[in-house]
Amino acid sequence: MAGGVLPPPSNRGGTGWGPLRVPLLIPTWVMIGIFLLLPVLLMAVYSFLTKEFRGGVIWDFTLAAYDQFFFDRGLFGDEPPVIEWTYISIFWRSIWQAGVATLACLLVGFPTAWFIATRAPAQRTVWLFLITIPYWVNLLIRTVSLKFLIRDNGPLNEALIGLGLLDHPLPLVNTNLAVQLGLFYSYLPFMVLPIYAAVERYNFALSEAASDLYAGRWTILREIVLPMVRPGIVAGCILVFVPSLGAFLAPDLLGGAKTYMIGSLIDEQFKGSQGNWPFGAAIAVILMTMVLMVLMAQARAALKGERK
Amino acid sequence: MKGVRHYPGFLILTLGCLLVLYAPLVVVTIYSFNDSSSITSWGGFSLRWYVDVLTGPESARFAAAAWNSITIAVLAATASTAIAVAAALAMIRSGRFRGKSATYALINLPLLVPEIVTAVATLIFFSVIGLTTGYLTILIAHVTFCIPFAYLPIAARLSGIEEVYEQAARDLYATRTQAFWLILLPLMMPGVVSGYLLAFIISLDDFIITNFVKGAGMETLPTAIFGSVKQGIKPNIMAISTVMLAVSVLFVSLSYLVNRIGQKTRT
Repeated sequence: MAGGVLPPPSNRGGTGWGPLRVPLLIPTWVMIGIFLLLPVLLMAVYSFLTKEFRGGVIWDFTLAAYDQFFFDRGLFGDEPPVIEWTYISIFWRSIWQAGVATLACLLVGFPTAWFIATRAPAQRTVWLFLITIPYWVNLLIRTVSLKFLIRDNGPLNEALIGLGLLDHPLPLVNTNLAVQLGLFYSYLPFMVLPIYAAVERYNFALSEAASDLYAGRWTILREIVLPMVRPGIVAGCILVFVPSLGAFLAPDLLGGAKTYMIGSLIDEQFKGSQGNWPFGAAIAVILMTMVLMVLMAQARAALKGERK
Repeated sequence: MKGVRHYPGFLILTLGCLLVLYAPLVVVTIYSFNDSSSITSWGGFSLRWYVDVLTGPESARFAAAAWNSITIAVLAATASTAIAVAAALAMIRSGRFRGKSATYALINLPLLVPEIVTAVATLIFFSVIGLTTGYLTILIAHVTFCIPFAYLPIAARLSGIEEVYEQAARDLYATRTQAFWLILLPLMMPGVVSGYLLAFIISLDDFIITNFVKGAGMETLPTAIFGSVKQGIKPNIMAISTVMLAVSVLFVSLSYLVNRIGQKTRT
């Protein structure tokens, strides 16, 4: 060793963060592990507990919450069980509303993503920025703004009447359409961004080759482009569908009693002494299970796609 | 060849997309300057509803809610950014290890669980451990769900910084601490600032989770606005909304600019 100088530490390779790995990760493990993962597991346990009056629980295990969700046993609980449609139909409505919103987002989001991805690179960032800004604006404020715009004597109806397109206001608020519009408006950027990322990677030489072989532009879109950018489309649909399914603000503010969705149903179970915490936990568990099934189906499809 | 990239009608749909996204925000911003006390008719330009927010009958409630929102956002963004920096160093700079993909999944867990489920689970957890809901429970919940938002830009920046800078510092006998504070952290700064700003906005914007874990009598701006809106949209709500809208746009623009500058100084 020349001059008795120790070899510089980095001669051992790397940057020396290895030994600190555990202390560096402890805060993350503690925060998310204790304050999110553990609570979600606890919620599953809670859904099997017995409801006490005044919104409390007794630590006696029972299937009562799930039974209440799926079966109707009459007012005193002694009649033979028949299927309880109240909650199942709320779930069905949520799936339908989220599905319609997802389809609407896809029909508008795909052309938008395509259009942005085919601009010059400098222009793309500007367009993308314009699409993402509304996402960062408070969802509550956006939903309230939408309600203000579409209400019976709001600016939209006044404009349509002023233009002579309508002779009396179109009642939008409290309809299924208003909720669908609200969900569409809330999550549209989630559809555009992943599709944009997929289209940006798409090799346009494929389209050109097909065009040289006399394929029309819509044939190219259907037969070549859509299969190639499918992962982006699937990701976008999931990013819109999953939050729409459990949405609370759009159905609560833009809808009414006839547009009740899962989010409001869960919320109601935790309000005051009328609440039923185990039942609310059970609904949340059922929602979470549905979301996990969607995510796992997508992960499996993605794996299959990679192997091909 | 332009042909295969061009589809008729896609420009119109893109403009329609922007119209849908911006029309409600623009309309509320315009009406927040309305002099009329009715929300339907236009009575000329005025700042009276902004004055009303600051001095009107509800001003004390909004001031308290704004104070809670801002302090929680500052604390949650600071804590989650610090946690995310530590996590990013371990995930990106310490090679492979057992449990790495599990840790990655854990970091992203707040993004996967539907918000209403997080809200329910967190409320039940605080109730079981006997922690009274209030400022502290809101803060804990916010730090937790802000971590992935702070982590993503920080990790993206860190993985773009080559190890040679730190190694050079270590070769010149900097301690690991010196190499981090004097070399690595300044290089990471655009990612850190970007992550901090995003975490700040996410905290400031949250309604659903806060509404569950806030407890009685405690309000943040979104929960106070929600309470007011339940009785109908009033002009002062539009003034507050416009201010919050401006704050969000400002922060996102800042985050975007910091990232842009970061890319120009890409290492």
